[in-house]
Amino acid sequence: MKKIGLMLLISMLVMAVYSQDTEKKLAQIPSVDLKTIEGNTFNSSQIENNGKPIIISFWATWCKPCCKELNTIADVYADWQQETGVKLIAVSIDDSRSSDKVKPLANGNSWDFEILLDPNQDFKRAMNVNLVPHMFILNGKKEIVWQHTSFSDGGELEIIDIVRKIIKGEDIK
Amino acid sequence: MKNYFRKVYTIFILSVVLSPIFAKSQTIGGGQIHGNFQMDAQYYLKDSLIGAPNVPEKLLMNGFANIIYSNGNFNAGIRFESYQNAMLGFDPRYKGNGIPYRFASYTNDGLQVTVGNFYDQFGSGMVFRTYEERSLGYDNAMDGIHVKYKPYKGIELKGLIGNQRFFFDKGVGIVRGFDGNFFINDIFGLDAMKTKYTIGGSFVSKYQPSSDPVYNLPENVGAYAGRLNITRSGFGIMGEYAYKINDPNASNNMIYKHGEGLFVSTSYSQKGLGVILSAKRIDNMDFRSDRNEVGNVLIINYLPALTKQHAYTLTAMYPYGTQPNGEIGYEGSIMYNIKKDSWLGGSYGTKVSVNYSLANSIDKQKLNDTIAIGTDGTLGYKSDFFKMGDKKYFEDFNIEINRKFSKSIKAILTYAYITYNKDIIEGHPGAPTIFANIVVLDISYKFNTTNTLRMELHSLMAKQDEHDWAMCLLEYTIAPKWFFSVADLYNYDNPDTKRRFHYYNAAFGFTKGTNRFALSYGKQRQGITCVGGVCRQVPASNGISLTITSSF
Repeated sequence: MKKIGLMLLISMLVMAVYSQDTEKKLAQIPSVDLKTIEGNTFNSSQIENNGKPIIISFWATWCKPCCKELNTIADVYADWQQETGVKLIAVSIDDSRSSDKVKPLANGNSWDFEILLDPNQDFKRAMNVNLVPHMFILNGKKEIVWQHTSFSDGGELEIIDIVRKIIKGEDIK
Repeated sequence: MKNYFRKVYTIFILSVVLSPIFAKSQTIGGGQIHGNFQMDAQYYLKDSLIGAPNVPEKLLMNGFANIIYSNGNFNAGIRFESYQNAMLGFDPRYKGNGIPYRFASYTNDGLQVTVGNFYDQFGSGMVFRTYEERSLGYDNAMDGIHVKYKPYKGIELKGLIGNQRFFFDKGVGIVRGFDGNFFINDIFGLDAMKTKYTIGGSFVSKYQPSSDPVYNLPENVGAYAGRLNITRSGFGIMGEYAYKINDPNASNNMIYKHGEGLFVSTSYSQKGLGVILSAKRIDNMDFRSDRNEVGNVLIINYLPALTKQHAYTLTAMYPYGTQPNGEIGYEGSIMYNIKKDSWLGGSYGTKVSVNYSLANSIDKQKLNDTIAIGTDGTLGYKSDFFKMGDKKYFEDFNIEINRKFSKSIKAILTYAYITYNKDIIEGHPGAPTIFANIVVLDISYKFNTTNTLRMELHSLMAKQDEHDWAMCLLEYTIAPKWFFSVADLYNYDNPDTKRRFHYYNAAFGFTKGTNRFALSYGKQRQGITCVGGVCRQVPASNGISLTITSSF
């Protein structure tokens, strides 16, 4: 049993070594089925912002820091959009206990974000998210250039800084 | 049997290695390895006073890492888990190291095939949901084959078969399931229509052999569910009904009654306003792939509590848990955003949310004069579908006001009145029902763009159980990297004066990108805690704990 696991691990690593291009590529977002707030299926590969940066924020209705993060950004979102054209996609990991609260909560809070539902956390798993809130920033080519877990007041400044750097074509690291 | 597994694994490994080569449509280059890691370790201090059990190992640790390889439409991955030994609050049957989760999947022309372990959910989950909640030690992953097919625009079909995870082993029962989801507007090309309809249906069956000397038990137990979802701009309604054939099991005391579940939810929202009303009725719906098991193992379906999930320590002190053998409940919420620059809203606007939920027993009547309710080997009881039972399990009225006073001051005021039937929810016969008044004030003050001090003041007042509690938490954050916090939870009015304990705690943490370290020292009661920007479930203990999370 253990041997097999080890073999599997080694075979995956070997595969990865073979498959690495000479120039290191940035990670793309995996293709996973999500749900729109209307209940339709939406594949994560359809996430689009016409070559402008995208912020993906994993959150839940029961997570206070997540709601704080989204409320904080909601206050400045219009300015951010005007300045950089950035789009925020808020992916709720609420399960069927609370997923029907997502839309009323988002509207009740007057959020202008695009909301997607990940009720069985398939996207969360595919994106390797441990804890919420967890945020990803994608560049115009939809490559993940930055990610961060947790939120505290003032954290939004770093986010917009990264977005501005992407727009200017500066190095993130 | 072992040989059989070895073969299966060999084939699996070969398929993992070879598939990117055979899948000619994909370039072999460009694949990525990504994953995440978490480790929680705690050094336990002796504290028999607060009821922390003695830990002979002194130090306990839970850890896991997911490693996933992705290349276009192909994905494969494993999860390594380690419990040396499992931390307090986790099932001790999680022991040692292993790879309980490995999978490979590919998608081709609308067909997705997954072999190995997988998670999925049919509808709201009333007949099937496998998922993981690592922080709670919950994982009922399937091991088998999962197929998903989209033959036509608006049609999604899923089929699956497998065994469920049982710690580092598998359950004996085989679970088979089929689910169809139909987006009516897409199928009939009614994209322009404002009203959107979705219908769906599922069938799940489990097989478990029986050689019971007393009862003639069904070896195949089937359950089905139908659902409907209608939305029209801000308005939405969804409902699901589930039925399960007779399934005598350890949880329902071996009765032959069928099971039923109904969940209906309707909502309306527009900018600044959200309203939601839901109702559900659950009757004899404990559904597992092993009829002899109880507790959080080998559960096939998901029956969520229809109550608000509170995030503050004291509002979450008495949380409700669904009663699968019978409950009827309602929930309503209103969220309203009072406009800024108005008399009530202040210069930044004010958010108000009101929530009410009730969970009650269902009606249960004797089958006849000679058989007591729930007698094993009988149909158990009769039940009037729409009638409420006479026992209140849980009630929660709460209101939350969230207001920003100035650029530097923000506050959230929460009030909750919770009725908690400890006898039923925790299974302590004779325990009194608790009526708790809870107030939480959460204020934060921003010194400058990145330095914030936050204070939580809690009060819980009850005349039952451990009576009154108070709590104070101070948290200082330097965004986006640092947090420091101190807290004291004080049971100042415990009727047993010797048990008026302080549960103090001090913590600090550091986050850079996706690496997060948190170190804390103190005593903790069980419940959800949200400190330093994230929430997780914590068991009762006294000691020093370290958490490391990371993803790449």
